[in-house]
Amino acid sequence: MIPTPDLSHLTRQDYEHVYEPAEDTFILLDALEQDVEYLKSLRPRICLEIGSGSGCASSFLGALLGCTSSLYLCTDINPHATKCTVSTGKQNKIELDVVLTSFAHPLHSRLRKSVDVLLFNPPYVPTIDEEAAEAQNSADIQGAWAGGKNGMQVTNQLLGMVESLLSSNGCFYLVAVKQNDILSIRKKMLEGYGLKSEVVIQRRAGGEHLFVVKFSHGPPVQ
Amino acid sequence: MVRLITHNLLACHVRGCNSNNFPLQFQDVQIGLREAEFNPDFLRGFLPKIEWNALVDSARQLGDTSLPAEQPVMIDDDFLKTLHHVLLEIHVEEGAMVCPNCKHVYPISNGIPNMLLADHEIG
Repeated sequence: MIPTPDLSHLTRQDYEHVYEPAEDTFILLDALEQDVEYLKSLRPRICLEIGSGSGCASSFLGALLGCTSSLYLCTDINPHATKCTVSTGKQNKIELDVVLTSFAHPLHSRLRKSVDVLLFNPPYVPTIDEEAAEAQNSADIQGAWAGGKNGMQVTNQLLGMVESLLSSNGCFYLVAVKQNDILSIRKKMLEGYGLKSEVVIQRRAGGEHLFVVKFSHGPPVQ
Repeated sequence: MVRLITHNLLACHVRGCNSNNFPLQFQDVQIGLREAEFNPDFLRGFLPKIEWNALVDSARQLGDTSLPAEQPVMIDDDFLKTLHHVLLEIHVEEGAMVCPNCKHVYPISNGIPNMLLADHEIG
């Protein structure tokens, strides 16, 4: 069993600007751990987390797959978050290559069909759309949760990019809540992009019904 | 850290800047060298993803001339060790990356490349 990454270097001040790992983070870690054999079978070379925040999930993925066996790319739109991602990587002896950017925009042309493991724990809390847009513009902690209509404003933007980023064996792990309408996300990805999906884990925690959904082109190559 | 492995994956994404926008040119850089564990399997697997000419050019901009101009056909451990150092052990800590086409400047601070664009620049 891989322990939860050491976050003892992060302070209250960090968590004023960067989302503190919570149940939604931990369900993603649990999903990755549950899938560890599958993930290793992909022999991933490029892992990418969008919105890496504290860096907890990518540090965990690095520990799970081995710190030298893949490139671990992380992006965040929040400068505080990029700093925390770097420091959490260091704290856990995982080299995380962090880029301050929205989504994966400057990486997109070179990462076409190249990402083996893509992680996204989006701002999924339903809010009014303006609140989500302002939160993204402010590039601070609100952007980690304010998700606009159905909590899908930011996720919908990413869903349109997933298929072009994933390698042929690649997989995408998305954290979502019930209000995001999991079935319609899965239907959209299947009908729009031919990506199959399964719910890896779901659980009720802290008033939320959380899901981790995995998308890929098909069953993994053994 | 901007390592060359990541730099080799970054292109300018200013609206309308779609050609000659890669690789970004280093400017006024401060670099640090940090040892990393050698994993030949990873390097062999990653090699097909590398834009070779861009890597050679960029390494030279950082003062490292150890890579051959052409990617060798025979991949031996000596070559992989050279590649390992260039891709994974050279860290650009400060400076900037400039688009060869539109000249947009992306600053690097504390090892983190700032690739954010203003609203009017977003493609």
